[in-house]
Amino acid sequence: MNDLLQFLSFSDPNVRFVTIGTMILGATAAMVGSFSFLRKKALVGDAIAHSILPGVCLAFMLSGSKDPLVLIVGAFITGWLSLIIIDGISRTTKLKNDAAIGIVLSVFFGFGILLLTSIQQSGNAAQSGLDKFLFGKAASLTQYDILVFSSIGIVLILVLLLFYKEFKLISFNPDYAKVIGLPVKFLEFILATITVLAVAVGIQAVGVVLMAALLITPASGARFWTHRLGTMIFIAMVFGAISGFFGSFISYVAPSMPTGPWVVMCLSFLTIGSIWFAPKRGMLAKYRVQHQNQQKILKENVLKLFYHIGEKENDFHAERSIEQLLKTRDLRPTELKKGLHLLKSENTVRNKDDKWLITAKGLNEAIRIIRLHRLWEMYLNQRLKLEPDHVHNDAEAIEHIITPEIERQLEKELNYPTKDPHQSIIPYIKE
Amino acid sequence: MDAFWIILSSSLIAVTCSLLGCYLVLRKMAMIGDAISHAVLPGIVIAYLISGSREALPMLIGAAIIGVFTTVLIELFYKKAKLQIDASIGITFTWLFAIGIILISLFAGQVDLDQDCVLYGEIAYVPLDLWITDAGVNMGPRTVWISASLLILILSFIIIGYKGLFLTTFNEEFAKALGIAVGFWHYSLMSAVSLTTVISFESVGAILVVAFLIVPASAAYLITHKLKEMLILSAIFSVLSSIGGYYLAAYINGSIAGAIASVAGILFLFCWLISMYRKRNNTSRLILNSTS
Amino acid sequence: MEVALETHNLTVSYNRRPVLWNIDFKIPVGQITGIIGPNGSGKTTLLKAIMGLVKPSSGYCKLFDQDLKQVRERISYVPQRESVDWDFPASVMDIVLMGRYKSSNLFKRINQSDRDIAVEALEKVNMLEFSNRQISQLSGGQQQRVFIARSLAQGADLYIMDEPFVGVDAATEEAILNLLTEMKNQGKTVIVVHHDLQTAKDYFDWIVLLNTRLVAVGPKDDIFREDLLQEAYGGKLNVLSKVGDLIKEKGFSVRERK
Ligand SMILES: Nc1ncnc2c1ncn2[C@@H]1O[C@H](COP(=O)(O)OP(=O)(O)OP(=O)(O)O)[C@@H](O)[C@H]1O
Ligand SMILES: [Mg+2]
Repeated sequence: MNDLLQFLSFSDPNVRFVTIGTMILGATAAMVGSFSFLRKKALVGDAIAHSILPGVCLAFMLSGSKDPLVLIVGAFITGWLSLIIIDGISRTTKLKNDAAIGIVLSVFFGFGILLLTSIQQSGNAAQSGLDKFLFGKAASLTQYDILVFSSIGIVLILVLLLFYKEFKLISFNPDYAKVIGLPVKFLEFILATITVLAVAVGIQAVGVVLMAALLITPASGARFWTHRLGTMIFIAMVFGAISGFFGSFISYVAPSMPTGPWVVMCLSFLTIGSIWFAPKRGMLAKYRVQHQNQQKILKENVLKLFYHIGEKENDFHAERSIEQLLKTRDLRPTELKKGLHLLKSENTVRNKDDKWLITAKGLNEAIRIIRLHRLWEMYLNQRLKLEPDHVHNDAEAIEHIITPEIERQLEKELNYPTKDPHQSIIPYIKE
Repeated sequence: MDAFWIILSSSLIAVTCSLLGCYLVLRKMAMIGDAISHAVLPGIVIAYLISGSREALPMLIGAAIIGVFTTVLIELFYKKAKLQIDASIGITFTWLFAIGIILISLFAGQVDLDQDCVLYGEIAYVPLDLWITDAGVNMGPRTVWISASLLILILSFIIIGYKGLFLTTFNEEFAKALGIAVGFWHYSLMSAVSLTTVISFESVGAILVVAFLIVPASAAYLITHKLKEMLILSAIFSVLSSIGGYYLAAYINGSIAGAIASVAGILFLFCWLISMYRKRNNTSRLILNSTS
Repeated sequence: MEVALETHNLTVSYNRRPVLWNIDFKIPVGQITGIIGPNGSGKTTLLKAIMGLVKPSSGYCKLFDQDLKQVRERISYVPQRESVDWDFPASVMDIVLMGRYKSSNLFKRINQSDRDIAVEALEKVNMLEFSNRQISQLSGGQQQRVFIARSLAQGADLYIMDEPFVGVDAATEEAILNLLTEMKNQGKTVIVVHHDLQTAKDYFDWIVLLNTRLVAVGPKDDIFREDLLQEAYGGKLNVLSKVGDLIKEKGFSVRERK
């Protein structure tokens, strides 16, 4: 707890630097990743990240310096090369894109590991620290590093904002973009370059191995909150920034720990949380809707019971016992009771002890459903040419779905029928 | 002698991987293979923590379970949450892999594993870990025996299941229409991949397994039109990569597994060039034919 | 009439939205039946439902008055040609031999009689000389012939083919048609998905007109009427698609309880 307070107080200027820096990196990657996600190129980011390792090693071997600008040049070259090769393999051979990605990813990474281990073995004094590129180590970044990477990140964000409309178009509708004369090839080139750079700076926080998550995971989670691109990107960036913050906190309290896995854990939780809890699109929201549907169906079915008995006995307002209601339809007693109580709270049925009767409001509702049922049966019979004995089951389900608008359309198409295929009367609500 | 043991064990592992890799490539599941190889990590670490050793059996069971678990998790994201497939794969494996790394760093004392091992294994130490029987007979490195058994197991799977794998890989719908349990073949293959990944893990690490799985298989696919030839060629490529990789690593004093992946990449490049050359010849012949 | 295929109130949905609504028809034995409808009308889906490849949300199919499981060996399915990757490393013979695979012999070796049957099937489609050719080197029409040979090798009684005439030249089209007629003469039943109205009348004895719902079914002369064709090709039913959308949006199902 003390750690947290101390960390949050930002009293240590270095902590402040690292924290703000990694947050920017996380947000940049999330923003760029949103486009990779939409263009269904999420795994290409993984390949770029892995391919950057040999670039960094080569740059170090050739220059002997660990200056971030030098390393980024190496990263940029091999990152881009990996894109070209993936594209080349899937264009000129019968191998599919996924194999191309896998080949490039693993060969480049293997080569990178070969170089890295060789550098380590050679006992080069300056080498210590290159391995932070594997899993990330935010705390070991110097203020100069942070300055360089964050500036690149901010430039990338600005470029993305500048071309926002164009990128949106080539992500959603590349053909249309071509038709209206956008330089699609050029834009794709810019976007690819931005992606490579974002990956190159992002690996400072999470390392090459888990970099893919920083691109893909925030966008995937944000997707569940909205369908608007702008909002989605914003939420993804917030997720990226939160995870960057969390990563640098871990680095602060446990300096020996790699940052990357913690950043990814944080991201995964945000995203899995979104998948479950996001309003409307989340799984829970979907289950809730389904539960509500089930209740609606139950209530409407119970109301129908009253109508059916009333129709048979020509008396809609008499009291009915549970047994009588159960006889009419295959319904479990517990369900029936649950339905009755739900309806009671809506004032559509009333009870005297064990005797239940339908209210005027309830009867109107029952008539509506019976009506929809019989209209739909009629529709199936006339339009889908189903035999009268084949239409009932379908109508049992659809009666709960039809909206007033569709109801009117049905009436009109069927020319205001009065009887259903079984010659039962289609009731109307009497005003 | 050390060189011999290292090359032998890496060849055995690489051949096993590439045989399975042929099916992954043909089923367009290369990245699922990548995902599984990452995702087995937490399984391995947990098995270590529970059994307290590198005991093979709990680890294998854990591996098979987590391999299937990974594919199920990916399917959950994909089918239930309706997330696109590439994102489902990406989220799943990075998350599981992160858990694995965190477990390793948290239990650094208890687990005889480190991050380097995760990345590129310890194939150079193979000759040190000898199998000495109770009678005191030196049977050679343990890894060689384990990977040889694995190879035999996978080879039998492929030979016995040849028709099933062939049919379900080429045309799953037709197989289903014949009443064949497509799911059984899918999950058997996934279990075989996770099993292989776990056993290869000690020697080559979790990440470079991917290179072993798909690079030789892809290279073979480019230069042949027959499944049996593809399987054999991929095996040959893996052995060549293992030999070449060993000497390359020795030459520049780096990781053997990394070097093997690099040599496999070079072999792939050759096959790619051959296939392009052939294609060009074919097209020019076609043009000649049509003009003459 | 002896019934080869019966669908009963068959409704099939993808992501809840029904793409086939309450399909209800019977097809006689010993005839060539064409399933006809515009693009996206659910023809492929119907075949998949018949072959148990997609699960219906309601209703069922019967083949020769039995469940698919009981008569599986009497049924042969020819998927759409584009549904497989023709770059797969296999020879023509390998593919045709797949017709001899069954779940009961999956672990046994292929024997000589299987080979003989495959050779015979290849002969019938005029592809014997290509039996060692790699499938990646076939033309579209040849690929289709291979698929039909594979199906013939099954020695079934009912053949269900998805668009066998798409992307083949006139000669192949005629060859396939002759083959179908020959099969019919041997008492086999053939069901073919087709979307060319022009040729449908010449090719089939029976017609199923489909557009999300069943428009008409019967002997071809009864079906080739201006009004029915107009109905099938005149677009989807407005109310039906709206209800379909609602089902998907609101998370309902087409049956009350699963
Ligand atoms: N796997 C799927 N997931 C979601 N929707 C699907 C799927 N397969 C088909 N559909 C939709 O179901 C409808 C019917 O498709 P189907 O392939 O059965 O049509 P079809 O009549 O065979 O068309 P075509 O003539 O183009 O082959 C189409 O609207 C299609 O978009
Ligand atoms: Mg179709």
